[in-house]
Amino acid sequence: MSRESAFISIQNVEKYFGSFRAIDNVSMDIGHGEFFSLLGASGCGKTTLLRMLAGFENPSSGEIFIDGQPMSEVPPHMRPVNMVFQSYAIFPHLNVRDNIAYGLRKQKLPKAKRNEMVDEMLELIKLPDYGDRKANELSGGQRQRIALARALILRPKVLLLDEPLGALDKQLREQMQLELRQLQRTVGITFVFVTHDQEEALTLSDRIAVMAQGRVLQLDSPSGLYERPKSRDVASFIGTMNFFEGRVKQANGTGITVEAQGLGQVTVPASEGNWAKGDTVHLAMRPEKLALSDEEPETGMGRARGTLQNAAYLGERSHYFVKLDGLESPVAVSAQNRFDGELLASEGGDVWLSWRDSAAVILPAS
Amino acid sequence: MRVESYIRKPNRPLQLYAVIFLIVLYVPVLFLPLFSFNDSLYVRFPLEGFTTRWYIDLFQRDAVWNALWNSVRVGASVAVISTIFGIFAAKAITRYRLPGKGPIVSFIMLPLVVPLIIFGVALLVLLSQLGVPLSLYTVAIGHLIICLPFSIAVLIPRFEGFDASIEEASADLGENAWWTFWRVTLPMVGPGVLSSLMLTFTVSFDEFILAFFLTGTQPTLPMYIWGQLRFPQEFPSVLALSSLIIVTSFIIVFLGQWINSGATFAANKEKKA
Repeated sequence: MSRESAFISIQNVEKYFGSFRAIDNVSMDIGHGEFFSLLGASGCGKTTLLRMLAGFENPSSGEIFIDGQPMSEVPPHMRPVNMVFQSYAIFPHLNVRDNIAYGLRKQKLPKAKRNEMVDEMLELIKLPDYGDRKANELSGGQRQRIALARALILRPKVLLLDEPLGALDKQLREQMQLELRQLQRTVGITFVFVTHDQEEALTLSDRIAVMAQGRVLQLDSPSGLYERPKSRDVASFIGTMNFFEGRVKQANGTGITVEAQGLGQVTVPASEGNWAKGDTVHLAMRPEKLALSDEEPETGMGRARGTLQNAAYLGERSHYFVKLDGLESPVAVSAQNRFDGELLASEGGDVWLSWRDSAAVILPAS
Repeated sequence: MRVESYIRKPNRPLQLYAVIFLIVLYVPVLFLPLFSFNDSLYVRFPLEGFTTRWYIDLFQRDAVWNALWNSVRVGASVAVISTIFGIFAAKAITRYRLPGKGPIVSFIMLPLVVPLIIFGVALLVLLSQLGVPLSLYTVAIGHLIICLPFSIAVLIPRFEGFDASIEEASADLGENAWWTFWRVTLPMVGPGVLSSLMLTFTVSFDEFILAFFLTGTQPTLPMYIWGQLRFPQEFPSVLALSSLIIVTSFIIVFLGQWINSGATFAANKEKKA
């Protein structure tokens, strides 16, 4: 994304709390109407970054631009952003209606117009009959929607969401994910979404910035992050990944051949990056990119022979762990449980692992 | 048979202790109303018959009404001023990262434990050095010093009881500091404010030692009572007056506590939901 089309531009931002560096030279651009996620474990700096967008924290150095305007001199109540707090921060002394209309005071609207806008919002969040309820009579999911409505009624340029689904149970969370995505498409506002839940980030986002220790490890689309992680940290944070230590044997225009522990020689497409002969690397493969069979697979596939250590049946899929010679930890394989291609081998039996060339990713050895 | 954990088991000695504690605390106080209805000048058993004449006598004295009015004026002003200061102090203590917060808080709370006679003497010395004549104003200044810690002590839990992100949400929705305080903070700490007003009023209303040092020509109610003690024939009226003060103070303090705890309960219920 080019600088010009960036709607939010974070440029060389650092943040210190005392001597602790919460944000370490972060730069990124977020486009207009994008659903953008900041993903990372707790303490990685994602919430700090969000709070800096809202104006509750100021960068120690660097600058944040929203819609072309530098934000460092703009206090929170003057910024064109609104936030949905992790705790929702619903005003407990006001009813739902007054909560949603809270930010409208300054617009000095006639009462009828105000009511109309609130009704519209109540309709949008699918709580049309809840206007007169007190905040403490609402469930977690309902509060979350009120918090959304309260922010969206002001038509912000950016909506900031701080783990808004974290407090909900699994079923409600999945439902809210869908609704959130749909809502974002309807209103067309830029969403910046903070979460530690990688699945949630993958489901919702247009792009994701994976953060750790105040830095951005990788900024990419969900499939980019999953299929082509740039580092071992990203690869293991998102989903499950098998890693094989290895060394580049040959690299040319047609492909890169890696001698990987346990797998033997694996050749991947040349587009996998610039590697030279002799580089120590990690070869990474997702469990579902590996196939398991009782008999030797057809030619044209990479293959390795191993022992089935254990198998876990999970309903729609099974997880297998296969021990390969020369590898300490077993290789994880995930397979759909279809009626054909059932695996006959029992635990302790011999099996074949196979994969396509494009299944493997080469990562720098850290 | 069910064996109950000692944590839940009713503890007889502890119950007995509680009862004795309450008796020691309040029985002496109960003698005041008892003898205030006694038809005799002298405080002694046996009681000689029921009368309300000491009360009626009380209501007919202008001096009582003047002293009462003085105390109410001082009490109300002190309550309002110390509660306003208390709100700001409690907000600062709970919301901002202050260097040396711990020592500052203990320092503010110190008047609760320093003997009042020391404050009384110190203020008297200071005021006479400055040439300030003693009046109800000087009494109020003295009372402010002892009421502020009470106010802060009541208000700090109210501020701690609600999530700071609620104030942030208000800022985020476009309100500046003043409007956030008016629309969110004050309603949230409202019960604490009411409770603080009541408590500080009571403290000031009942206070004697500082008033003793700092009163000018207009006595507060406790000062009036003190003055009356010299006249034996006035003693039953003093008992009547004291009884009224005790009852009123009890009502105000309990009301304040009840409002505050009711709100705390509601806040907790809301947190759980």
